[in-house]
Amino acid sequence: MASAAPTPSGTHPEARADARADVRLWHDIVRETLKANDVRLVTYVPDNVLKGLIASVHADPFFTAFACTREEEALGIVAGAWMGGMRGILLMQTSGFATLANVLASLPVAFQIPTLMMISERGTLGEFNIGQALVCRTMRPVLTSLAVEHHTLTRLDELEFTVDRSIKQAMATRAPVALILSPLLTGGKVFKA
Amino acid sequence: MQASETKPIGPGNAQVMNRFELTKRLVAKLPEDAAVIGGIGNTNFDLWMAGRRPQNFYMLGSMGLACPIALGVALAQPQRRVVALEGDGSLLMQLGTLATIAMLKPKNLTLIVMDNAAYQITGGQPTATAVGTDLVTIARGAGIAQSAWAADEEMFDELATQALTKDGPWLIAARIDDKPGTGTTDRDPVVITDRFMRGLGTKK
Repeated sequence: MASAAPTPSGTHPEARADARADVRLWHDIVRETLKANDVRLVTYVPDNVLKGLIASVHADPFFTAFACTREEEALGIVAGAWMGGMRGILLMQTSGFATLANVLASLPVAFQIPTLMMISERGTLGEFNIGQALVCRTMRPVLTSLAVEHHTLTRLDELEFTVDRSIKQAMATRAPVALILSPLLTGGKVFKA
Repeated sequence: MQASETKPIGPGNAQVMNRFELTKRLVAKLPEDAAVIGGIGNTNFDLWMAGRRPQNFYMLGSMGLACPIALGVALAQPQRRVVALEGDGSLLMQLGTLATIAMLKPKNLTLIVMDNAAYQITGGQPTATAVGTDLVTIARGAGIAQSAWAADEEMFDELATQALTKDGPWLIAARIDDKPGTGTTDRDPVVITDRFMRGLGTKK
């Protein structure tokens, strides 16, 4: 879970003690933007930072949400659902994204299927696990080498615009997109000594 | 268990059949609008040769994902029957999907496994099913109760009929010989997506 340590944007969940009640949390904005774009299917491999978003899509009957055993499987389900007329997104962690290069290349990129991906970014800005720090460095190079559009989400005030426009572009251009949730937005996962 | 005739059908006593013959039998039974997702390699090649249908999706790469893709289609279109055709090597690569399918219990989904106990397309290296791994037992253990071996072609037909008319999820496994696929699929993914989506009515 996120710590109460301050972040440059001061927008992570624990900062809301000081916030007004009408200020929306990042995962509320994501959930509402998915809904506004008719993204009904949410497949995920859980992550601590994604906990709030996962709980809120489970609580909303608009969504079909479930955990998958692997990210590859979850991506295949989203791809099949889109061809069947249902938009979907895959939620995962950095380390899970690292298992996807082959499937990304041979399914959504090759077949022009707009699979939406949201990745909770571990491995940077306070990481305590060296494996996470190392695998994180493969994420953007893989996305770049496959020419997959990707954005790093750091600010609450830009979140709705970036998520909304990214979904619309993915659907219009029939291309996958990756939205990376920075610890600057979410607070990340912090080592407790 | 007392008598041998009550022994359940397993990989040890199921007849060894032929993939192309079984695929033709399956295709002949499909409701016109049923979707079929073909896994990579010979499974796909024989599906292609058994008759091109706009409701067929032919994977290229993404080994192991025929069942997840089929699950996605089944969730998006609950009124349509959806079939995944996989080989033993491919299913072994993504066994977790059996648990996910068992958890979701899609009524319109059938998985068919063509088990030749080998990675045939890469030179026939044996898979674990060659030395005792039983994919039907694994599927039942994952929670797909309606999982069965086809003892012979007649039983394959019966199981397929059941799976295409009654509530799933179903898994049908067949032991097959080492005959190669009878052709090769088209390898233009964009054309495959386009045809499939028109077949599913999601693209005009």
